Amino acid sequence: MDVLDLSRWQFGITTVYHFILVPLTIGLAPLVAIMQTMWVVTGKDHWYRLTKFFGKMFLINFALGVATGIVQEFQFGMNWSEYSRFVGDVFGAPLALEGLVAFFMESTFLGLWIFGWTRLPKLVHLATIWLVAIGVNASAFFIIAANSFMQHPVGATYNPETGRAELTSIWELLTNNTALAAFPHAVAGGFLTAATFVAGIGGWWMVRNMRRAAEIRTSEPEEAQRLENDARGLFRPATRLGLMVMIISGIGLFVTGDVQAKLMFEQQPMKMASAESLCHTETDPNFSILTIGTHNDCDGVIHVLDVPFVLPFLAEGEFSGVTLQGVEDLQAQYEQEFGPGNYKPNLFVTYWSFRAMIGLAAGSAALALAGLWVTRGGRVPDQKWFSTLSLVAIPTPFLANSAGWIFTEMGRQPWVVHPNPTGVDMIRLTVDQGVSDHAAGTVLTSLIAFTLVYAALGVVWFWLIRKYAMEGPQEHDAQPPGSNDDTDDTQPKQLSFAY
Amino acid sequence: MGLQEIWFILIAVLFTGYFVLEGFDFGVGMHFPVLGRGRTVEADTRRRVLLNTIGPVWDGNEVWLITAGGALFAAFPEWYATLFSGFYLPLLLILLALIVRVCAIEWRGKIDDPTWRRRCDWGIIFGSWVPAVLWGVAFANIVRGVAIDADKQYIGGFFDLLNPYALLGGATTALVFALHGAVFIALKTEGQVRTDAVAMSRKLAVPAVLVAGAFVVWTQLAYGKGWTIALVAVAGVSLLAVVALTAAAREGWAFVFTTVAIAATSVLLFASLFPNVMPSTLDPSWSLTIENASSSPYTLKVMTWAAAFMTPVVLAYQGWTYWVFRQRLSTDHIPHSIGLKIGSK
Repeated sequence: MDVLDLSRWQFGITTVYHFILVPLTIGLAPLVAIMQTMWVVTGKDHWYRLTKFFGKMFLINFALGVATGIVQEFQFGMNWSEYSRFVGDVFGAPLALEGLVAFFMESTFLGLWIFGWTRLPKLVHLATIWLVAIGVNASAFFIIAANSFMQHPVGATYNPETGRAELTSIWELLTNNTALAAFPHAVAGGFLTAATFVAGIGGWWMVRNMRRAAEIRTSEPEEAQRLENDARGLFRPATRLGLMVMIISGIGLFVTGDVQAKLMFEQQPMKMASAESLCHTETDPNFSILTIGTHNDCDGVIHVLDVPFVLPFLAEGEFSGVTLQGVEDLQAQYEQEFGPGNYKPNLFVTYWSFRAMIGLAAGSAALALAGLWVTRGGRVPDQKWFSTLSLVAIPTPFLANSAGWIFTEMGRQPWVVHPNPTGVDMIRLTVDQGVSDHAAGTVLTSLIAFTLVYAALGVVWFWLIRKYAMEGPQEHDAQPPGSNDDTDDTQPKQLSFAY
Repeated sequence: MGLQEIWFILIAVLFTGYFVLEGFDFGVGMHFPVLGRGRTVEADTRRRVLLNTIGPVWDGNEVWLITAGGALFAAFPEWYATLFSGFYLPLLLILLALIVRVCAIEWRGKIDDPTWRRRCDWGIIFGSWVPAVLWGVAFANIVRGVAIDADKQYIGGFFDLLNPYALLGGATTALVFALHGAVFIALKTEGQVRTDAVAMSRKLAVPAVLVAGAFVVWTQLAYGKGWTIALVAVAGVSLLAVVALTAAAREGWAFVFTTVAIAATSVLLFASLFPNVMPSTLDPSWSLTIENASSSPYTLKVMTWAAAFMTPVVLAYQGWTYWVFRQRLSTDHIPHSIGLKIGSK
């Protein structure tokens, strides 16, 4: 493999890896903040126990999210230095803003939240987790605004003297319609991920406690009662909170996804044509659900299952009378505009990642509907199938997030800065023009190093989260911390939390 | 003063802030093998005292680096691109060390098992030593100049970065951060840990003065300007003050002076560099300067507003965090481990 392929693989691996962890952080921070708010407002201990229970898993996840994020900040310069030179004037601004506005806030206030349980007044301590939640979402906004510039460059001009893109309006950059659609879509994905995580774990525990209680009701009536109380009073509220957030974020995903698709048909027609394996320009083409065949030759693909009306609606909100451009026609058009070259993305990946992203939503949808049904009217479920469904549903939004980003990013190939059809013509760059001039062995070294370290840490991350989820809320977290007063130094008072 | 000068200063401020704040974070991790030696439960509690002196703040301290990287990208994209593609392998090592360190710090207490903790300790030690040495090597090379061609590309190899001046720079940051960390631990703890940290800082003070003194004098003689002699003096006097103050067990003032020494050294490096940002050893006209490496005036103006507005806010809440957790720690303050056992459910 040459340095371009290696660099692309490295960026893909490190970014997909980072984005396994990020959505859970984005969604779980506000959910934990909501749980703690419920505790502060209602004074009910079960909300405190849930805050601690999910807070621990949030922190395990946050650590690896930070660790994998550090790499991203420097990888542009390391592997994509020509790209960095070309767009640094524009692209650097949201990155620096992300650091100044969001990273400082989330990291500092997370430290205060972790260690501040008995050091800060209750309301101030509650404010720290909300600031963390705002910080993680603000950072998502800035980085998505930066990415959206690569998909649909706005707010910049081309300076022929320096040969680079230069920022003309930070406002246009931050209100890029692509960013305004992608940000809520990614955040809704994060909320769905975290809500499925919470509802899945809550659902699994409800069933587990109820079944265990039934088994030991005669031998240990007190323990059975305790398990039932936890199922009803602790895990059911958590599950219901997760289910509500799942439904809201699911609707949000649907609406923002539709807006995004309409923008893509307009701004990046090649991405959408390849997502549909649409070879030739057609009026009212069918939406393809299943194809077989060699995808990188779209004429060789056999359409097995097609649905009418869907695609015109996705593209323009009409059921008929919509003409969509095909891959081959766009290729011819781009060759005329930008010179010879292959302007087609990997059709197999774009086609299937798009379907995987949408299809995997079925996991969360099934859990949401089943969860609402089995917990209706105050019921606490004990059906085995529901606990299985709870566990199976948890990974689906993670996979859908990955599929969505793979589609977005691989759909813009071969561009690293996709030309804006209504923007400045010279602001465009293909990936081979953006890559650093390294020996292949250099990049192979970093690719192997990151992959191995990430894989090892990923295994530990999964093991830790699983272990903490299976352990359940712990006894030492049963009671909220007592006094917040730190004046008594005569007796060494133990920290409420220490690493 | 033009916007390019302002941004050069801001980049210098961000990296100086990073070295001062992460300097003691690294130092704390570097002292794990000695100040936290032993395999007993007591030794584990001692290591937890060390780790918890930086517990609530290390993550926020590390963001100074991330923001410095972002600011470099925004204000001087050419510098960002040449530096990080040129110093590829050292940066890779720093990143791997930082990755391991983050996870080791955050996950250490999650499992109550001696083997688990020992492995995390190694992660913390590795993750503290490697960047402490390599940042010195990297910045000495930036000041010294590297083989940059007409296309702003670094064309030297990895081993060109390991020249005597740069290695002395690496030894300087390692020793000074270790001293800064020992003084910080003495300032943040009480009881036996504090006594041991004071003893450690006394041992480190003289070697640190000698090595760092040689480095700043070399920097001044080879790359300095007339006025930067003042910075050499400040760094030197501060380090000597640290020797005296650690001998007198005045760790509060000693910490002030290790901070001043690190800041003065960092400012000396940036001042020696100015107005270049990456001098070329091949041809001076190929050097990257604040003029030919910077962003457009509009980007610099926008970023100046953002920095002017956000920096005081960040300083205020980070300062407040240090205030909230100002209490000294001893082994008596460390609660029983609440980590899970490996064998349980």
